[in-house]
Parts: sequence; structure tokens; C-alpha cells
Amino acid sequence: MKKVTKTMEPYLFMLPCFLMLFIFIFLPLIQNFINSFYDFNAFSPTRTFVGFDNFRILLRDKVIVTALTNNIRYAIISVIFQVFVGLILAAILEDNIFRKVAPFFRVVYFMPVVISISVICLLFSFIYHPQIGLLNNFLKLIGLGSLAKPWLGLSSSAPYAVIAVSQWQSIGYIMILFIVAMQKIPKELYEAAEIDGASKLRQFFSVTIPQVREMIFVTTLITITGSMLVFNEPYILTKGGGPGTSSITMAVHMYQSGFFRDRMGYASALAIIIFAITAILAVIQLQLFKSGKED
Amino acid sequence: MLKIKNKRSYKNKLGAGGSILFIILVIYAIIILYPLFWMVMSSMKSYGEIYNSVWNLPEKWLFTNYLEAWDKGISNYFINSVIVTVSTITGVLIIGSLCAYALSRYKSRGINIALIACMTGMMVNPQVALIPLYLLLQKLGIHNTRLALILPYIALRLPLSVLLIRSYFLGIPKEIEESARMDGCSSFGIYSRIFMPMSKPILFTTVVLTAFYAWNEFLFAIIFIDSDRLKTIPSGLMNFRDALQTEWGVLLAGMVISALPMIILLMVLQKHLVRGMSEGSIKG
Repeated sequence: MKKVTKTMEPYLFMLPCFLMLFIFIFLPLIQNFINSFYDFNAFSPTRTFVGFDNFRILLRDKVIVTALTNNIRYAIISVIFQVFVGLILAAILEDNIFRKVAPFFRVVYFMPVVISISVICLLFSFIYHPQIGLLNNFLKLIGLGSLAKPWLGLSSSAPYAVIAVSQWQSIGYIMILFIVAMQKIPKELYEAAEIDGASKLRQFFSVTIPQVREMIFVTTLITITGSMLVFNEPYILTKGGGPGTSSITMAVHMYQSGFFRDRMGYASALAIIIFAITAILAVIQLQLFKSGKED
Repeated sequence: MLKIKNKRSYKNKLGAGGSILFIILVIYAIIILYPLFWMVMSSMKSYGEIYNSVWNLPEKWLFTNYLEAWDKGISNYFINSVIVTVSTITGVLIIGSLCAYALSRYKSRGINIALIACMTGMMVNPQVALIPLYLLLQKLGIHNTRLALILPYIALRLPLSVLLIRSYFLGIPKEIEESARMDGCSSFGIYSRIFMPMSKPILFTTVVLTAFYAWNEFLFAIIFIDSDRLKTIPSGLMNFRDALQTEWGVLLAGMVISALPMIILLMVLQKHLVRGMSEGSIKG
């Protein structure tokens, strides 16, 4: 009897955790696959099996093309701004000459990360406001008034205006990840480079970048994955991807299909597309972690 | 005052290249800080002033905007956010550390599988589970209650928290555990009286990461809660905006109140920021 409880012991410790994971993560994931073969509404009990119909509709859905294009735009711009700018800011802040002021800038740059996205989006709806907006007023102030426009009201500028908000919020997060990686670089490497007469710029390219190579991959994957899941910004700023569908993303499209048009089955199929894209990225990331550990 | 003095003597040391970099840092800091400053400043203005003098400081500082925001609903959202955040943290800490203890102290095939399951769980996105979760919460009869947020939040934060706590537990020397066992301490006793008190730093990191998440989560908050009375700050602010129409000053005051707790938390913890992130850098 004692023996049995002994081997059962670890599982008792794990039971609450895996119960939670099973009910609220794995079960819904499986359920979503099943749901995608049905046609059903949120509030009616009838479900009809429709086979691959939902996926056939996917292929003819023009909104998906717009949504995926926006997600890809998001990904490209985010990698440029967050990974590239984040890396540079981190390198500057980690330089010895800024040692005293670095903590101040670090906290300032990180501030938007801890502010709720709804506060940030509401703030930017003021900034982009055609009349009182800071952006248009600033452009007028510096004599570029001709560039002023209703940023969120035009289908040509809305996607980029929305993407810009995400950059403003997230650069600090990626920057901190780079700082974490840079603080693990052995100081001797820089000392040796200095003795060899390498300039600061040279040190950045020959020491810093190779040393944080893995973090560059990880942050790139994090930002691309994040870009595929964007929901909050277009939902709040352009009231669900407007004008028209110009700034819609996959997650917003899924939300609207499910909860606005009440086509739950179709929304489940859309969720599978999102899942497939992010799962591939996640597998790459796991693979990376494994190869990193063997080094 | 001290800061400015510091910066002056600094400039001489920086040289031309350093000065340019310093200016870049300052400009980017302004890009971040000015909108936040504008939000605080405008939160004390009247509608007319926000509309007509965008850049100016308020002529009359309307602190009453804050009282109005608090009375018109923010207080309610605030309390809900506190309840949801504290419950999520408590759940994650207890359930997560128990699981981490098993994963760090026992070895078997089952444990390995559990570890992989945990890592897989970390890769699942809330978007993908959204619709089934919504239907599940309705079936369980907890849709539109605070539990509809608390339980999924706990589940979503568990994988990362378990992995974090486990990696810390792994560093606790085996000898301590063995000698406790000799003294007749049970496994649960070792967990609660030795492992937990010894792991305060990582538990602290877990609390902070979970707090940021639960306080700011938006997607579940707008879908799993319908009644205004139960909404948390991120989703409540949307209703708040719609109800206020043009009372922008009051809306901005509400936004400041919503952002303040986490900004204060960040200021207090700034020294631990980098260390905390290095422990939790796998996923935000």
C-alpha cells in the first residue's frame, strides 16, 4: 500500500495543474478541430455535419486574402522595427558610457509594455484624431500640414496607422530581451576586441551580434507569431478592421465570423489556419531551443 | 536637479559619437513619454480645451474629472480587475508550484511526458481555443461570471509559470531534501516548508508576470463577460468610452487610473526588471 502511494505521489502534485491544462487548453484545442467540420450557432443546440465545407468556403473568402496580407505586413514591419530597432537600442543602452542613465531609459522604453492595450489604443485614437490629433497638429507645426489626414479613416493609411501603435508598444519588450542576452556576453570578449583596436561599431558587428544570434532568431519568431495573432489593435482602433475590411487581421476575421455573423463552424476553420501557422513557428522555435542547449 | 547636473558632466565624456547616440535615446524617450504626458495633462482639461488648445497645459486643472471617472464606472472595473488579478495569481502560484515540485523532484517516463505536455501548452494561443472555450464556459454555467476569466487565465499562465518555477527548484541542493526526509518530513512538508520559502525570487517573478497579464488581458475579457457590472478595466473602458460620448477629459482620467497600478509596479520593480525578464524570457 505504502509503495503505491509513493509512486502515485508525483501525480497527485501534478493533478490540479494538468486538470486545468486539459480542461481549458487541450480540450478546447481538440474541440476546435471537431467544430470545424460542423455548421452551428452559439445559441442553438442543432449542429449539422458538413465535412470539409467550411474549408471550401475558406478558399473562396476574399477577406482572408486581405487579412493574411495585413498579418504579413504586420510581421515584416514588426521584425524591422522591433527586432532591428530593439537590438540597436539595447546595444546603445548596454554600452559603458551610458551606464548611469541606462536604467532610466530602460524603464521609459518598457513603460508601454505594461500599459493595457485598450488604454494605448484609446490614447492613439486621440493622437490620430483628424482635428485634435497630436499627429496632424504636429505635422502642421513643422510645416508639413499637407501630409495631415484622417489616419484611421482612409483604407490606404489605416493598416499602417494600426501597425505603428503595436511598434510603439512592443519595441521596449524586445529591447529588454536583447539586454538580457547581452548581459550574458563575457566581458573579456569586448576587452580583447578593444586591445585589437576594434571600434565600437566593429565590436557591435563582430562581438555583440554573433553572441546574441540565438536571441535574434527567438525575437524574430516571437514577433512573427505575435503578428499572426494580432487582434486588439484593429478591433479597438478601426472598429474591427475598417474602413471596410482594409485593416482586418485573421484573428479579427475569426472573431467577427463567430460572434457577429454567428457562423461558429466557419470561425473554427479560420482558427485552424491561425493554429497551423503559429504551430509551424512554434516547432521551429522548439527546435532552436534544443539545438541551443546542445551547444 | 541632480539629474541635469549629471548629464552635463556626462556630455564631455561622451564625445561626438556618444552625443549623437544620446540624442537618439532622448528623442525615442520623448516619443514614448510625450503621449503619456499628454494623456495625463488632457485628463484634467474640459472638452473645449482639449478641442481648441491641444498643446497647452490646462487653464483650470479639473481634478474633478478623476472623481467623475471613478464614480461613473471605473471604480467598479477597477475592483473587478483587482479580484480577477489576485485570484489568477493565487491560482497560478499554488497549482503551478505544486506541479513544478513534482516535475523537479521525481524522474520517470510519466514525468517526461508531463514536461513535454507543459511545453506544448505554452505554444497554444488563446485565439485558437476561443470558440470552444466560450461554449465550454456556457456549458459549465460560469459564462459571464468572474470565474469565466479567472480559470482560463490560470490555465494559460500555468505552462510558463511551471517551467520557470521548476528550473528554480532544480537548483535547490538534494542534501537539504534528504536530511529533511530523515527527520521524517513528508513530501508535502518538504514542498511547503523548504522549497516554497527558498524560492521567493522566482515566485515573485511569477507574481509580477501574471499580474501584468491578468490586469491587461483583452480578448477573453470582452467575450466571456457580458454584463457591465462584472467587466475588468480593459473591456470596461470600451463601454466607458461609448457611454461618455464627448466627455473626453473624464475618459482620459479613466485611462490614467487604469494604467497607473502597472506603471507604479514597474517603477517599484525596475531594479528587478532585467533579472525578472531573463527568467521569464521564453514567452511574455
